[in-house]
Amino acid sequence: MSIIGELLELATSGDRRSLSRLITEIAESSEPPKFHSDTIWTLGVTGPPGSGKSTLIGKLAKHWVDSGDRVAVLALDPTSPISGGSFLADRIRMEGSDLGENVFVRSIASGNSPGGISPRIWPMCHALSLCGWSRIVVETVGTGQSEFRIAALADRLLLVDGPDRGDIIQAEKAGILELADVIAVNKSDLPGASLAAQSIRTSLDLSNDDSREVLLVSALEGDGVEKLASAIESCKPHSGRNEMIMREMLISEWDSILLSHPEIDELIRKLCDSSITIDEAIESLRKTAHNGG
Amino acid sequence: MRVVIAKPGLDGHDRGAKVIARALRDGGHDVIYTGLRKTPSEIVMIVNDEDAEVLGISTLSGAHDSLIPKICDGLREGGLGDVIVFAGGIIPDRDLELLYKSGVRAVFGPGTPTSEVLAFLDEAVERKLKNDPIGVGDDLGWNWN
Repeated sequence: MSIIGELLELATSGDRRSLSRLITEIAESSEPPKFHSDTIWTLGVTGPPGSGKSTLIGKLAKHWVDSGDRVAVLALDPTSPISGGSFLADRIRMEGSDLGENVFVRSIASGNSPGGISPRIWPMCHALSLCGWSRIVVETVGTGQSEFRIAALADRLLLVDGPDRGDIIQAEKAGILELADVIAVNKSDLPGASLAAQSIRTSLDLSNDDSREVLLVSALEGDGVEKLASAIESCKPHSGRNEMIMREMLISEWDSILLSHPEIDELIRKLCDSSITIDEAIESLRKTAHNGG
Repeated sequence: MRVVIAKPGLDGHDRGAKVIARALRDGGHDVIYTGLRKTPSEIVMIVNDEDAEVLGISTLSGAHDSLIPKICDGLREGGLGDVIVFAGGIIPDRDLELLYKSGVRAVFGPGTPTSEVLAFLDEAVERKLKNDPIGVGDDLGWNWN
């Protein structure tokens, strides 16, 4: 049996050490495994930096654990393109994250996997579900389209914004506002929050039959967290969601093939010294990708 | 490497921990910072869940002699004997031996250049590759200082 298979077997029997090693193996393996759990429950959480995603997840985790759930959080943080290192600090803000046996938090640097992290997140979620984690949260910081979109692959998507209305423009650009099932304006204890919520509502009202709620919460004070949890529980998956998921899966698998292409570094080098054009690089990649490159 | 930087016990000062975290990140490591006031058992669970290869413990409160051995014991009991442990902060020389006996492999005091911590990690990786004792559960005898 492969190391991944062995670890999964130990992890499903309740060995937390093996579960943790399994997640690492999935992140680092050259070919992510195809796990499948029928009972998987996932929530994507995304939003601009500093909107309070981690703090809010901590509060939700506490709520779920109190209701008898086991909560796993995969927190994605960007890797520095300069040093290749990362400072993964999301878990500090998850006040509920050290609730003991029933909460599992893994920080993931987005840049350490061959072919990008995105095709590996879903095998990780399925593995966690197979191991009995009933609430699985994927948190991404919304600093660019791809980061927003990893979260959008979850069964349901929570978009968190701060009271500063300008923040959510990025989410709108990435098309995430349309995809969010639940929208929370955090920091309701600060001035400006209701105004921000109102302007998001106005923007949603522009499209027909949009019944999605925009909830005000304060992750700091805990206000509105229960209401948010029940909105997440009862939200109906977005009608365009399946097409979106398939589309994103295709794009991320494609990216993965591209990024793990044996010639990519060589082509980038040639592009840098102008010895080839972008078109020629793409042509060359196409040819070799056909041959299984 | 995946490194957890931890602040155990009642100690609210983490400037040093953050400086180290930043230096390790710039050195190409993935650093997970626990935040303040974690118990030894919380730290052991974080090291497990994050599948860290290295744990750096920062303490300035004077409780290093009781907290750090507890964490090291917890790691060994939790099947995490291969984790490499180092410590930093305000730790008097007379306590170093106790920490080494607990499985700590390096202690960095005030004024240590961050490059030295990175050099320690490089050496630790080399030892690991050669199967020389380096983890908290391995044979004692080697330490950086």
